[in-house]
Amino acid sequence: MDLKNINLEECLKFLKEKKISSKELTTFYLKEAEANKDLNAYILLNSDNAIKSAEESDKRISNNTARPLEGIPIAIKDLFCTKDVLTTAASKMLNNFKPTYESTVTQKLWDAGAILLGKTNLDEFAMGSSNETSFFGPSINPWSKDKKKYVPGGSSGGSAAAVSGNIAIAATGTDTGGSIRQPASYCGIVGVKPTYGRCSRWGIVSFASSLDQAGPMTKTVNDAALMLDVMAGYDKKDSTSANLKKTTFYKDLKNKKKLRIGIPKQYKNDQLNKEIIKFWELGIEFFRKNNCEVVEIDLPHTEYALATYYIISSAEASSNLARYDGIRYGLRKNSENINDLYEQTRAEGFGEEVKRRIMIGTYVLSAGYYDAYYLKAQKVRSKIINDFNEAFKMVDIIFTPTAPSDAFEQGSKIDDPIQMYLNDVFTVPVSLAGLPAISVPMGLSKNNLPLGFQIIGKSFEEDSVFSAAKIIEENSNFKRETEK
Amino acid sequence: MDIDKKLVEKIATLSRVKIEEKEVERFSKELSKIITWVEKLNEVDTKDVTPVANPSDIKIPFREDEINDGKIEEKILKNAPEKKAGYFVVPKVLD
Repeated sequence: MDLKNINLEECLKFLKEKKISSKELTTFYLKEAEANKDLNAYILLNSDNAIKSAEESDKRISNNTARPLEGIPIAIKDLFCTKDVLTTAASKMLNNFKPTYESTVTQKLWDAGAILLGKTNLDEFAMGSSNETSFFGPSINPWSKDKKKYVPGGSSGGSAAAVSGNIAIAATGTDTGGSIRQPASYCGIVGVKPTYGRCSRWGIVSFASSLDQAGPMTKTVNDAALMLDVMAGYDKKDSTSANLKKTTFYKDLKNKKKLRIGIPKQYKNDQLNKEIIKFWELGIEFFRKNNCEVVEIDLPHTEYALATYYIISSAEASSNLARYDGIRYGLRKNSENINDLYEQTRAEGFGEEVKRRIMIGTYVLSAGYYDAYYLKAQKVRSKIINDFNEAFKMVDIIFTPTAPSDAFEQGSKIDDPIQMYLNDVFTVPVSLAGLPAISVPMGLSKNNLPLGFQIIGKSFEEDSVFSAAKIIEENSNFKRETEK
Repeated sequence: MDIDKKLVEKIATLSRVKIEEKEVERFSKELSKIITWVEKLNEVDTKDVTPVANPSDIKIPFREDEINDGKIEEKILKNAPEKKAGYFVVPKVLD
């Protein structure tokens, strides 16, 4: 049995049929993770406890009390608080932080029988698009070769690298402006950002609270649906979580939907390289072949989305990160003077990008500038949302590239913040509108690196997103193992 | 908008982040560039547009203001860098 390339659905089947035990599976993945330390995908491996949990799962499987994800070892982005297990947000600030509580999403996964394999690397406080801002060093894209190191994308770069590099069967990520979708595209896996409110944000280290969402990162569309069914649901501890009926995305995937597909003309910009346009056209053909109607749509405020996003997300971040003051948890630099203590602690605890965003956020919220920047951005956000509302009167889903390029080389963009931000040009508008979207791999670039495409749905209509994603997945026949 | 060195120092103080003398110029350049870039939004006519804080149509529910936990002092203090007799310890704030 090829344990390395096995997906979540297959794992569940083999566990149920007792072709393999959870202990064997978990031991195998811990060993693989150790053997692939050069990827730097994990900040921490949960070695001892994972084996214990696997033994529990094996008992449940043998006495027929298995739960939906029983015995599946998964990786968790190190932004989810895990009780008594180090949770760092890839920051020096939280280098010693062991939460006394469990995030709602991870609790749901454990209640469904999943096993914590380890905590994955990310950009510090989820701020970045390349995983290079991590205090623990950058994670590497498993598709790197010929001595060139490519980034796995970010901020959920460790999770993407772990799934793509076959050192986790599936992983969680979080997405604020593209942090699940862009690394999924760069690493050739599936990543879902659900509708804002679909998953509870409780216990996830906050970045920008009106944008943050948790989602699954998996090898297949089916796996993502299966995992999201477990992760989603109302939580009274997150007042923005939606109180809707239990999702059945996985079950519903059996019925193919006839969909109207929108192609936003504003996304065909000059920077987009030709091979991406070729794959985009191929995807449109796949939809047509499957009796979907394809129409051009208009999202006129697209070019303003990135600026809007950087104002709003930095403003919210500056407010959220005010909690790191050296008093209640995390790093502390002692001083006789309280203000000096705050300033020294935050100077030492935060990295460059985090400081930059805190300062931008502080500035746009400060007296005299609030209306010109923050309020303005909130108004443009309203216009961007309206663009989507209008478009969705004509179509069921929108089909676009996930990112304007394939993975780039480590070090090539880290010194130019704006160049780095441009990676999120196609994912950010969706986040501002709170809509669900998936990235599905379609093929390889001329550099032999994966290219993913994004499918955007209406609010709380992830079912259409999954259905369209299946069409792309089945027709493009992307081989995850190719020449890696 | 140019974020000059004086403004950088003011923002850093408001942000409670100590920055070194030698960093001020770099931050001035970087922040100016980013702020100038986001000023692109001035091209958009937003007259009579309602600002959005929450993208969801779901109404945020009210709940009763009830105590639902307690006796978690130890948990709250567990990660404190400095604590004493059930309290967080800070330097003297008032003279």
